[in-house]
Amino acid sequence: MILARLKKRFAPGPDSAGFLLDIELQSAAAVTVLFGPSGSGKTLTLDCIAGFVRAEEGRVMIGDDLLFDGPTGVHLSPQARRCGYVFQNYALFPHMTLRRNLEFACEFRPKLDRHRKVSEMLEMFRLTEVAGRRPHELSGGQKQRCSIARALLADPRVLLLDEPARGLDPTLRAELYDVLRSVRATFQTPILLVTHDLQECFELGDRMVILHDGRIVQQGAPGEIFDKPAGFGVAHLLGIYTLHEAEVTHLDPTRNVSHLQFGGFEIHGPYLPGKLKGDRVWICVRPEELRAAPLNGRPKPNQVPVKLERATLKPGAMRLHFDRNLLADVTRIEYEQNKHNKDWVVEFPSTTLRVL
Amino acid sequence: MAIDWFPLWLSLRVAALSTLAAIVVGLWIAYWLAYREFRGKEVVDALVSLPLVLPPTVLGYYLLVVLGRGSPLGQFYETVTGSPLVFTWQAAVVAALFHSLPLLIKSTRAALESLDPSYGRAARSLGIGEWRIFTRVTIPLAHRSILAAAAIAFARALGDFGVTIMIAGNIPGRTQTIAVAIYDAVESGNGALARTLVVAISGVALLILWISNRLSPRHKIG
Repeated sequence: MILARLKKRFAPGPDSAGFLLDIELQSAAAVTVLFGPSGSGKTLTLDCIAGFVRAEEGRVMIGDDLLFDGPTGVHLSPQARRCGYVFQNYALFPHMTLRRNLEFACEFRPKLDRHRKVSEMLEMFRLTEVAGRRPHELSGGQKQRCSIARALLADPRVLLLDEPARGLDPTLRAELYDVLRSVRATFQTPILLVTHDLQECFELGDRMVILHDGRIVQQGAPGEIFDKPAGFGVAHLLGIYTLHEAEVTHLDPTRNVSHLQFGGFEIHGPYLPGKLKGDRVWICVRPEELRAAPLNGRPKPNQVPVKLERATLKPGAMRLHFDRNLLADVTRIEYEQNKHNKDWVVEFPSTTLRVL
Repeated sequence: MAIDWFPLWLSLRVAALSTLAAIVVGLWIAYWLAYREFRGKEVVDALVSLPLVLPPTVLGYYLLVVLGRGSPLGQFYETVTGSPLVFTWQAAVVAALFHSLPLLIKSTRAALESLDPSYGRAARSLGIGEWRIFTRVTIPLAHRSILAAAAIAFARALGDFGVTIMIAGNIPGRTQTIAVAIYDAVESGNGALARTLVVAISGVALLILWISNRLSPRHKIG
C-alpha cells in the first residue's frame, strides 16, 4: 500500500515558471504507473517519496511505515526510507564491477549470506557472465537489469522506477517488461513506475495514475481509463482519441438515446446523464472504433460523409485520414480495393459512443 | 661557486606537508560547501576565498597576530611543543597551507559538484551511510580531480613569498624557502644563484602543471 499526499511549491524564477505539485496518490496495486507528460511532476513525486526532496506538506506511507509527515515534522533520511530507486541513467557506480555494485547494496548482510544473495540475483537477472565487468562495458539492457537487481538487494519497501523504458529500442523494451513482470511475480515489493509511454501503462500497470501540471487528473485501472477518460483534458493527454465538438440536441432517458449535432450531421448515442439539451460536449473516439466504407447512396444513420485525404500504414491496419479531422482504421485489403475512392462514410458507434 | 640547494629542499618539504594538510582540511570543507546547506554558507565561502584576493602580506600579518608569541594560540603551541611557532620552518608550512588551501577547496568543490548526483542518491536509497558514500563513491569518482587540485595547491605552496616572509622570516638555512632565497640573491647581487634557483623552480612548476593536466579527467564522469 503506497500513500503519498504531497504539496511542494516552486517559486517562479527569472527563466522558469512556478510549479506546484499537489497530489494525493493512493494505491494498493502491485504495479502502479504514474503517467504524464514531461514536466507534470512525475519524477518530483518519486523524489519526494524517496526522500531526496522534502515536500512542504503531506504524508508518505508505505504499508504501515510512516516516511514523511508534514504536521509532525517526520522526515526520514533516504537511507532510512529504503526506497529502491532505479534511475533513468541507472546510476551504477562506474568504478565498481557489476558484482561489486550488487555487493555494495547489501553490505549490511553477513558475508556468506551476501555472497549467496548476490549470486542468486546475478543468476535471476541473467548477469552471471558479465558480473566481472564494469558498467561501461555493459549493454543498456544489462545495465538496467543490474540497476533493478541492485535496488532489490537492499530489501526495499517499494521499488521506484523513473522512466525505465526511455531510450530503449522495442526489443529491449519487451525484455524490460518481461523482467518487471518476473520481479512482480517473485518479490512482494510494490512497484511505482513513472512513464510517459501509454503502452507501458497497459503492459505493466495494475493501476494507473495520470498526472498533469502537478495534479492528479484521473486514477484507476488502465482499462477503465482507456474506456472512460475523465474528461477532455485526460483524453487529450492520452493522445489516442480524436475529439470532436458537438451539441446535445435531444435526450431521452427512457429509450437510452441522445442526439448530437456534429458538423451539420446528427449522431445518435446513449443517454447522457448530467447533460442538458444545448450543452456543448466532446465526442471522443478512437480510430479503430469507427467504421469507414466507400460512400454508396445516401449515408445511413450515424454515418457521416467525408473525403479521404491520405492513408498511413499502421501495424495490422491502414489508418485513413479524412476531412473534418476524422481518423478511422480499415484493413489493408479494404483500403487496396477502394483506394481510388474519394468519397467515404464514417460510421460512429451508437450504443458505445463516448461523450465527454 | 657552490650552490646552496637548501632553499629548494626546504620548499619541497614545506609544500609537501602543507599539501597533505590542505587535502585533509580542504576536502572536508569542499564537501560541506558542495553538498550541505547550512546557515552562514556564504560567509564560509567568502572566508575561504579571502586569501586569494588579499595581499599575501596582509594574510601573513593576520597569521602573525593569531599565531604570534603573544597570542593564545601561539602560547598554546609553545606550551605543547616547547618552542614558538613563528619564524620556524613549521610556520612556513602554515603560511603555505593558508596560501594554497583556497585553490584546493575551490577546485575540489567544483569537482564534487560536477559529479552526477544520481550516484549519491542511488547509494542513499540503498541505505548506505554518508561517510561510506564519501569514502567509497565520492572520493573514488573524483580522485583524479582531487589529485589534480592537490598538484596545483602544491605548486602554489611552493611559490609563496609574502605570507612566508611575514611569519617564517628569512633565516638562511632555517626558514629561507626558495622564493625568499631568490629575492635575497637578487638583492645581494648574486645573479648566478638567482638564475639557478629560478631555472630549478620553473622546471618543478612545469613538471607539476604537466602532472596536473594528466590527472584532470578528460571526460566528465557521469
